[in-house]
Amino acid sequence: MLIDWNNFTPWSALAGGALIGLATAIFILFNGRIAGITGILGGLINPKLRDIGWRIAFILGLVISPVVWKLFSPQPLIEIEASNALLAIAGLIVGISTRYGSGCTSGHGVCGISRLSPRSIIATLAFMLTGFLTVYIVRHLVGA
Amino acid sequence: MHQHHNTFRALLFSLLSGLIFGLGLILAGMANPAKVLAFLDLAGWWDPSLGLVMGGAIAVGALAFAIAKKRPHSYLGFAIQLPTSRIIDIRLILGSLTFGIGWGLVGICPAPAFVLIGSGSDKGLVFTLFMIIGMAIFELLENFKKSKRATGK
Repeated sequence: MLIDWNNFTPWSALAGGALIGLATAIFILFNGRIAGITGILGGLINPKLRDIGWRIAFILGLVISPVVWKLFSPQPLIEIEASNALLAIAGLIVGISTRYGSGCTSGHGVCGISRLSPRSIIATLAFMLTGFLTVYIVRHLVGA
Repeated sequence: MHQHHNTFRALLFSLLSGLIFGLGLILAGMANPAKVLAFLDLAGWWDPSLGLVMGGAIAVGALAFAIAKKRPHSYLGFAIQLPTSRIIDIRLILGSLTFGIGWGLVGICPAPAFVLIGSGSDKGLVFTLFMIIGMAIFELLENFKKSKRATGK
């Protein structure tokens, strides 16, 4: 395995991770909810009236985060090589399958593992496995 | 205590939580799909950063959930709603496996998708719109299944 030392950012990764952990801590300890984006967003598609507000507020927080970031720091780097067609296909897959699997990287990966949920540990292993395999196939088999 | 989900404080803490979550993603570099893909590319030049993001988040999260499990109510007086299902079924496993395929194709998952929109990324917008369509398709299929079961066909 070749580690890309030039792009590996251990300290900002840990600090950013801790901030994500803090966000999930606030959400469970104050709102009593799991900070899983799939569940928060999915609940808006067939919404119950009293549930709409906090869901939109959380998503709004995510959307304004880069705007708040830019008040203090330079614009974060965003690189997307995928074509719009591939993005659309991937978006469809992610939307349908995160709902079938009851969660994504935030709900299963962060919150679920934090509470040692066997379901979430299995789910995280599963999407990590196919994530690794997909990139391997796209970059090293098809793209080679 | 009463459960008013739409009280002002609940909205405020929801917004704050989403904002801190997004700032964490940006600081960690996880709002950049190329950096996520660099983690998933074990056979290329591997960037282990995403692993440390998960580690940092889980370290703080584990503490919070340990506290939450012992409390009957949240600090704002809401019920603490932890998932109760312990069933490891085909939906969980197949759903997660296919999610990983979508994630691996472009390096975007649901939370960073919204950070990309706020960054003004058109490509992020395309992904997110189709992700929401995907979730709506799931909802339609579930409703269809339910109504079929209700009519006994």
